[in-house]
Amino acid sequence: MKNEEKNSIPGFALTRREALKLGLWGMAGFFVSDFLSFSIFADALKPVFSGGKAKSVIQIWLAGGPSHLDTFDPKPGAGYNYCGPYNKPIETNVDGIQICQMLPLLAKQADKYSIIRGMTHGNNGHETAAYMMQTGRKTGGNLVYPGIGALVSYFKGYDGGYKGMLPPYITGTSPLGRFSEAGFIGSRYKSFSTGSDPNRPLFAVEGIISEKIKNDRLASRKALLGKIDTFGSLMASDPAVAELDNFQEQAYSVITGDVGKAFQFTEEKNELRDEYGRNKFGQSCLLARRLVERGVPFVTINDGGWDHHKQIFPELNKRLPVLDKGVATLLRELAERGLLDSTVVYVCGEFGRTPKILWEAPWNGGRGHYGKAFSVLIAGGGFKGGRLLGKTDERGETVTERPVYPWDLNTGILGLLGVSPDAKLPHPQGKDVFASALASGEIPEKERGGILNEIM
Amino acid sequence: MKSIYKISILFVAICILFGCRQFCVNFLGYPPEEQFTSFKINNKVDEIVIKEFRKRDIPPSPTCTDEVFIRRVYLDTGGILPSPQDVRNFLADKSPEKRKKLVDKLLSSMDFADYQALKWSDILRIKAEFPSNLWPQAAQVYHRWLRESIFRNKPYNKFVYELLTSNGSNFQVPPVNFYRAFQERKPDEIAENIALVFMGIRLDRAPWTEKQLSGMAAFFTKIGYKNTFEWKEEIVYFNPEAKADPKLNLPLKPVPLNGKPLDIPQDKDPRIVFADWLIAPANPWFAKCAVNRVWYWLLDRGIVNPSDDMRPDNPPWSPELLAFLEKELVSHNYDLKHIYRLILNSNTYQLSSMSNEWNVSDENGFSRYRIRRVDAETLIDIICQITAVPEKYTSGIPEPYTFLPSSIRAVKIPDGSISSSFLDMFGRSPRNTSFEAEKTLSPSLLQALHIFNSGHIQRKLDQGPVIKGIISDKKGDDYKIEALYLLILSRYPTAGERKIAEDYIKAPNTKPYDAMNDLAWALLNTKEFILKH
Repeated sequence: MKNEEKNSIPGFALTRREALKLGLWGMAGFFVSDFLSFSIFADALKPVFSGGKAKSVIQIWLAGGPSHLDTFDPKPGAGYNYCGPYNKPIETNVDGIQICQMLPLLAKQADKYSIIRGMTHGNNGHETAAYMMQTGRKTGGNLVYPGIGALVSYFKGYDGGYKGMLPPYITGTSPLGRFSEAGFIGSRYKSFSTGSDPNRPLFAVEGIISEKIKNDRLASRKALLGKIDTFGSLMASDPAVAELDNFQEQAYSVITGDVGKAFQFTEEKNELRDEYGRNKFGQSCLLARRLVERGVPFVTINDGGWDHHKQIFPELNKRLPVLDKGVATLLRELAERGLLDSTVVYVCGEFGRTPKILWEAPWNGGRGHYGKAFSVLIAGGGFKGGRLLGKTDERGETVTERPVYPWDLNTGILGLLGVSPDAKLPHPQGKDVFASALASGEIPEKERGGILNEIM
Repeated sequence: MKSIYKISILFVAICILFGCRQFCVNFLGYPPEEQFTSFKINNKVDEIVIKEFRKRDIPPSPTCTDEVFIRRVYLDTGGILPSPQDVRNFLADKSPEKRKKLVDKLLSSMDFADYQALKWSDILRIKAEFPSNLWPQAAQVYHRWLRESIFRNKPYNKFVYELLTSNGSNFQVPPVNFYRAFQERKPDEIAENIALVFMGIRLDRAPWTEKQLSGMAAFFTKIGYKNTFEWKEEIVYFNPEAKADPKLNLPLKPVPLNGKPLDIPQDKDPRIVFADWLIAPANPWFAKCAVNRVWYWLLDRGIVNPSDDMRPDNPPWSPELLAFLEKELVSHNYDLKHIYRLILNSNTYQLSSMSNEWNVSDENGFSRYRIRRVDAETLIDIICQITAVPEKYTSGIPEPYTFLPSSIRAVKIPDGSISSSFLDMFGRSPRNTSFEAEKTLSPSLLQALHIFNSGHIQRKLDQGPVIKGIISDKKGDDYKIEALYLLILSRYPTAGERKIAEDYIKAPNTKPYDAMNDLAWALLNTKEFILKH
C-alpha cells in the first residue's frame, strides 16, 4: 500500500534507520524524563506546553479494560498460556513495531501513532481505575476530580472562548458512568451524550434530532407554547424565568438550525461509511471526525464490553476487527483532511488484562483485570507517530522501561492543548486546585514517569 | 380668632404630615403602609418576618392562590404533584383550615419521608461506589433506615446520636455506615464532615484554626473497622487500642469546639462523649443548623446562607427568626416535623412568587416565594407521574446487578451510584461531598433540548396511558383541555387559555389527536411546569 512507502508524518519523515533506533529511544526517554522530574518541574515542562497545537481530543474509551497482549503489546514468545491463538503478531509500516495479528489495518497506520507500552497504575477495580485514567489523579482525599473531558470542556469550552452551538464535550453514545465525570467543577462541564446509534438510518440524537416530530410540527408546538405560557410571560422579568426562556429559545434554534447536520451522515459516501464499519463503533468514529471538524474540543467514544473474564478469544475475534476498521479509518481520514495535527486521538481502557490466560472453569480462557501494565495508543495533536514508549517484560506482566502513569498521560495531553499543569480549577469552596496532579505535589517522585516529552 | 389660628395650624400640620407620607409614597417610591398591614400573620414566624420586611422597607407579595399553594406544597414536601382529583377537592373545599389540614396530611405521608430521605442521602453521601464506597447492599439498608427514621419522625437528636455512636455490622446496624462513607476514614476528614453536616460550619477554614480542627478530630481516633466472612460486610466498632496516625499530630485529649480539653477514660468511646456534647441543648450550632437546613429546603435560601456556612461574618437574615426556630426545635423534643409545620403554615411560605413594585430585586430575602427549577429527581418523577410511564433504574456495577422495580420514583433511588443521563443533566447531587451546593438547579441548553425534543420525553407523551386516555376520551375538547391542565399544571385553565387551546385543535389541517398531544407537550414546556413558583 501507499502508506507503507511513505512512512511519514507531517513535519517528521521517519526513515527505516531512524525507526530502528526506536528501541534506544525508549531507554533514552526513561533517563531524560527521570532527570526532568528531579529538576524543577515547571521549568522543564513549560517549553513543551507553550506550543499547544492541539485543538481537539478524541478519546476512544474501551470500557472494561482491553487486553494489552491481544492488542498493542503482543508477546508471541511467552507461549500459548499467555498469547493463546494470537501468536503471530504482524509487522506494521514502522520497522520494529508489531501489533496483534487481528489489527491489520492499524498495522498500516503505525507511522501515525505511538504506542505507550509502559502504562501502569496498579489498580484492578473498574471504578477506581476508570477514575484514575479519566481524571489523571489518585483516589483518596476529600476531592472528587473532573475527568479530562470535563477539564477540556472547562478550559476550551464556553469559558475558554468556544463559540460553537454543538456542546464542547460530546460522548457517543452513552455516558461513561462509574465515576462522576465533572467532579467538583460542576455538572455544566459534563458531556452531552448523543444516545441512539449513528449506525441507524436515523441517528436520533437526544434533544437535537427527533425521530417523530418534524420541524414544522415543532414550529406549531412552539407557537402554541408561546401563547399559553401565561406564567412565563407574566414573570418574564424574573431572572429564573428569563434564564430558562433564553435556553428554550436557544434550543429551538439549535433544533431547527444547522447544528443537527453534524449528526446526519447523508453527505458521506457509502464506501467511506463501509470502511469505518457499519456498526455503532465504526460510525461513532465517523461521528467523532465530523465533530472535531466542526471544532468540538473533546469527543469520547464510549465503547463498552471489553471486560473479558470469560472466553476472551471468541469475543475478541468479533471485536478486534471492528476496532481495527474504526480507528484505522479515523486516523487515515484525519491525516488526509489535515486534522490529525490538531487532534489528539487516544485509545485505552481503565486497565489491561492478566497476561496469563485463565483456562480453567469458570473462565474457560478468560483474562482478569490488570492495572500493573497495559498499553495506550496515542496519535496526533502534537504526538509523534511511529514510536514506542516504555516496555513490558517478556510476558507483559511488569513495566521494565519508562513507566507512564495516568497523571503523566493526562498532563501530556492537556499540555498539547495549551493547558498548563498549574492552571487553576474552579473549586466551589475556593480551594487552590490545579489542572494536573503533578502540579500540586500529591504524586511522589517514584510514581512519576514524565509527561511524554519523548513522543511530542 | 386664636382658636381658629390653632385649628388652622393643626390643619396645616396634618396636611404636611399626610403630604410627607404621600410624598414619600408617591415620589420616593416608599411602599404604602397597607402593603405591610395586608400581610397575614399566621404564626410567630410571620410576626418576626414582618418586622424584617419593615426594617428593610420591602413589602411582601400577597398570599398565593390555592392553585399555586397545592402544587407548591406537594412539590416541596413530597416531590410529587397533586392528582387532578386532589386539586378539584382542594379548590372546592371551603374550610378556612384547609391549607393547614393539607400540610398535616402531607407531612405524615410516605412521600414526605421519601423526599426528605433524598435530601439526607445527598448530604450523607449514600453511594455504593466512589468516593463513599459503601457498596450496594449497605447503601440500601442505610437508606431504608433513613427513610424509616424520617417517616416515624425519630427525634432529630436521637437520629444524629444513632448515626454518630452506633457499633456493629454495616448490614445489621444501618447507621454505622456513617463512618464507612469516607475515602480515607481519617479523624480530621470525619470531624470536618460532622461539623459541616450537623453544625453547618466549615472547620477547615477561618475563623477556625488548625488547632481547633485537630481538637475535634481527636474524638474520632478510636473507630475500628473489620471485615467478616460475608462479602462486603464490615463491622464498625469502638476500638480502645486504635492509634491515630502520628503524622496528623492530634492532641491526646479531644477538645470540643467551644470547650476545654477533655479527659476521656480509656474504656469510654470518645464518639459518645462527642455526641453528648453535640446534641446538648446548649450546643450553639446543632439545632440552629437543623432548622436552617429545613428553612433552606423549603424556601430555597437559608436564614444563614449558604445553609451550611455559619460563621460570624456571615450573619443570618434574621437572628431572631433563627433563634426562634432553634428554640422551638429544642422545646418540642427535637421534632423536626414541628419545624416543617411551622414554616409551611406561615404566610411567609405561602407568599406569591409574583413580585410587586418594591420587591422585584429582593434576591436575598423572603418577600416572595423564590422561583426555581424543579430539581432533577422531582422533575423526572412528575413527568412519569403525569404520563404514567416509569423510568427503569438499574446498576450494572458491581455484580450482582441491581434492578429497581419500575414503579420506583427517582427520589427513592437509595444508592447515588445509580443514575440516569436525565438526572445527571438536571443537576442531581453526585454525592461527592456533603455540601448542599452539590445539587444544582441551574438551567442549561441541554436540559431545554431534552424536554423540547428528546425521544425520551416524546415517547412518554405518546405512550402514557393517562394522556392517551384523556385524548381518546369521547368527551368534548373542553373536557380534555381541562383534564390536561389539571393533570400537568394542577389547575383549571382560564377562559383565555381554553380559547387558545380550542382554536389550536380546531385549526384547519390539524389532526385532533396530534393537536391534543401538542397541547400536552406545550404544557410540559411551560415555565409554570418546569419551575416551582
